[in-house]
Amino acid sequence: MSVITVERIKLFSTRSPWWCMVIAAFLTVGFAALTTGFLNSTDEQQATIFITQPGAQLSQMVMMVMAALAVTTEYRFGTIRTSFQAVPQRAALLLGKTAVVAFLAGVIGLIASFGAWGIGSLFAGNADLAINTGAEWRLLAGQGLIFALSAVIAVAVGILIRQSAGAIAILILWPLLVENLVTLIPKVGDDLAKWAPFANGSSFLNQGQDFGLAGAGAGGSDFALGPWWALLYFAGWAAALLVIALFTASKRDA
Amino acid sequence: MIEAKGLTKRYGATVAVDNLSFEVKPGKVTGFLGPNGAGKSTTMRMILGLDTPTSGDVRIDGQRYRDLHQPLTKVGALLDAKWVHPNRSARSHLAWMAASNKLPKDSVDKVLEMVGLTTVANKRAGAYSLGMSQRLGIAGALLGDPEVLLFDEPVNGLDPEGIVWIRTFMHRLADEGRTVLVSSHLLSEMALTAEELIVIGRGRLIAQSTTQEFVDRASGTTVKVRTPQLDQLAGVLQQQQLVTRIEDVEDQGKVLFVEGDLSTDQVGEAAAAHGIVLHELTLQRGSLEQAFMQMTGDSVEYHAHDEVAAVTQLEAPTAAEVAAGPKEDN
Repeated sequence: MSVITVERIKLFSTRSPWWCMVIAAFLTVGFAALTTGFLNSTDEQQATIFITQPGAQLSQMVMMVMAALAVTTEYRFGTIRTSFQAVPQRAALLLGKTAVVAFLAGVIGLIASFGAWGIGSLFAGNADLAINTGAEWRLLAGQGLIFALSAVIAVAVGILIRQSAGAIAILILWPLLVENLVTLIPKVGDDLAKWAPFANGSSFLNQGQDFGLAGAGAGGSDFALGPWWALLYFAGWAAALLVIALFTASKRDA
Repeated sequence: MIEAKGLTKRYGATVAVDNLSFEVKPGKVTGFLGPNGAGKSTTMRMILGLDTPTSGDVRIDGQRYRDLHQPLTKVGALLDAKWVHPNRSARSHLAWMAASNKLPKDSVDKVLEMVGLTTVANKRAGAYSLGMSQRLGIAGALLGDPEVLLFDEPVNGLDPEGIVWIRTFMHRLADEGRTVLVSSHLLSEMALTAEELIVIGRGRLIAQSTTQEFVDRASGTTVKVRTPQLDQLAGVLQQQQLVTRIEDVEDQGKVLFVEGDLSTDQVGEAAAAHGIVLHELTLQRGSLEQAFMQMTGDSVEYHAHDEVAAVTQLEAPTAAEVAAGPKEDN
C-alpha cells in the first residue's frame, strides 16, 4: 500500500507529531503518578485501576490535535495539492492518512493506559490493581480503540475545516464543553447528552468499573447503550464523518 | 500533448477561464502568456485535476489527469515552489512523492543532483532561498521522468543566474522531446524561452501561434521616411494601397509613416521609380511590452488607475479584433 508509506514518511519527517505522541503518552502516565503517588494508607486500600486513568482524556485530546494537524498543515502549506497531484484518487490517499494516524493514536492510547496502570501499581502497591475482570481489560485495552476512533474523527474534521485553529477548537470544545452543555437544555437535554458520540466513547470504557476512591458517580451512570454497542455507536459517528469528509474532499477544488 | 476543449471555470459570478481551447505539442517549449489574473494558474490547476472545470475538459494524451495511474511518471508540475512543509527536508519531501508513485529509490538522489541541491538535501525546506525552493519544485516535477511538464511562473523572483538556468533547462527538456508548458506574464521572457505561445486575457484565448508570429504581429512594423517630396511619395504609396500618415516630429519637420506589414525595400523602390530623394528610410518596431499591453489591454482585470485604462482603451484594438485577426490570415 503505497499511500500508507507516503503518509508514514510525511508524518515522521516533521517534528511535531513526535512531540504530540511523547506528550500524549507522558500526560496519562504522569497523571497516574500524581493520583496514586500521594495516597495515605487508608485511601490506598481503596485505589482501583480506574483512578490510574484520569489523564487519558487529555492524552486523547493531544492525539486528536496531532491527527487534525496532519491534515490541516497540508492545507496550510499547500502540500495537499502536491499530494492530490501525486495521487489523484483523493479518497484513497486520505484513507491512507486516516489509517496511519489512527493506528499511531491507538498505539499511544495503549502505551498511555497500560503505562499509567503500571505506574499506579508501582506507587499504590498495597491496592488491588490486578487486571482480573473483563471490564478492567476493557478500560485499559479499550483506550487504544477510543484513541484510534477519535483520531479518525479528528482527521475528518480537519479535512472538512481545513484550518488548524478552527479544527482544533471544534475538536476540543465538542467533547469537553458542548456535550456537557446540552444537558442544560430542558426536556431533551439529558437524552442529547446520552446520545452524544464522545459520551458513548467514555461509556464504553467506564461501564461496570469499580470507581473505588473516585466515588460511585465518577464515570457517569446514565448510559444509553451497553459498552460494546456504545463503542459501535461511537465508531459509527467516526465512519459517517469520515465518509462525508472524503466525499467533500473528492468533489471540492483542492 | 495537452489538449483543452471549451475549458471554463466560474467562481460564482466571475468567470476565471472562459471557453478556452488550445493544444500544447511535444518537443517544444510552449509559453502560456497573460497578464496577472488572466486565468493561467486556474487553467494549470484544471490540467492537473486539482480544480474541476465548470464545463469543457482538458486531456493529456487523451486521458483526464484524474484517470492517470501513477501520474508523476506522465506529468510533472511546479505550480508553486512554496508548496512544501517548511519543517520537512527536501529529501523527505521528494521521498514521499517518489513512494506515492512507486518510483525507484534512486530517483530522489538523481533529481537532487540534476537541480544541484544534493548538498542541502537534508536541510529543512523552510530555510531555502526562493531560488533553492524553485529548484526543489523543479526536482519534484522531474521526479517521475515525465513526458509532460508544467511550470507556473518559474522565473518569478529569481536572480538573473536563476532565470538563465531555468530557461536553459526548459530548452533541454523540450529538446528531449517532452511537452513543456510554461506560464508567464512577461512577453519579453517568453520571447526568449518559448517557441509557441498561447496568449490569454481575462480567461479568454487571444492568440495561439509561434512566438515569432505573435511578436511580429503584436509589435506591428512601421516604416519611417524623411523626404523633401513628402506629398509626392505619399501619393505614390497610396496608389499601391499602403496606409500613410504624415506627422510633425520635433527637430525633423514633417515625417511620413507607412504602416502595415511591409519592408523598407518596397518604399525605397517606389521612391526610386519616381525619382524621389530620400533622407531617411527606417523600419520601426514597437517594444514587446507595449505590444503585449495593446494586445491584452482591455483584458487586464485590475488597472493601476483609470487614466492608464482610458489610454489603453483608446489605443488598443479590442481583444475580439485581435482574436479575429489571425483567423483571416489563415
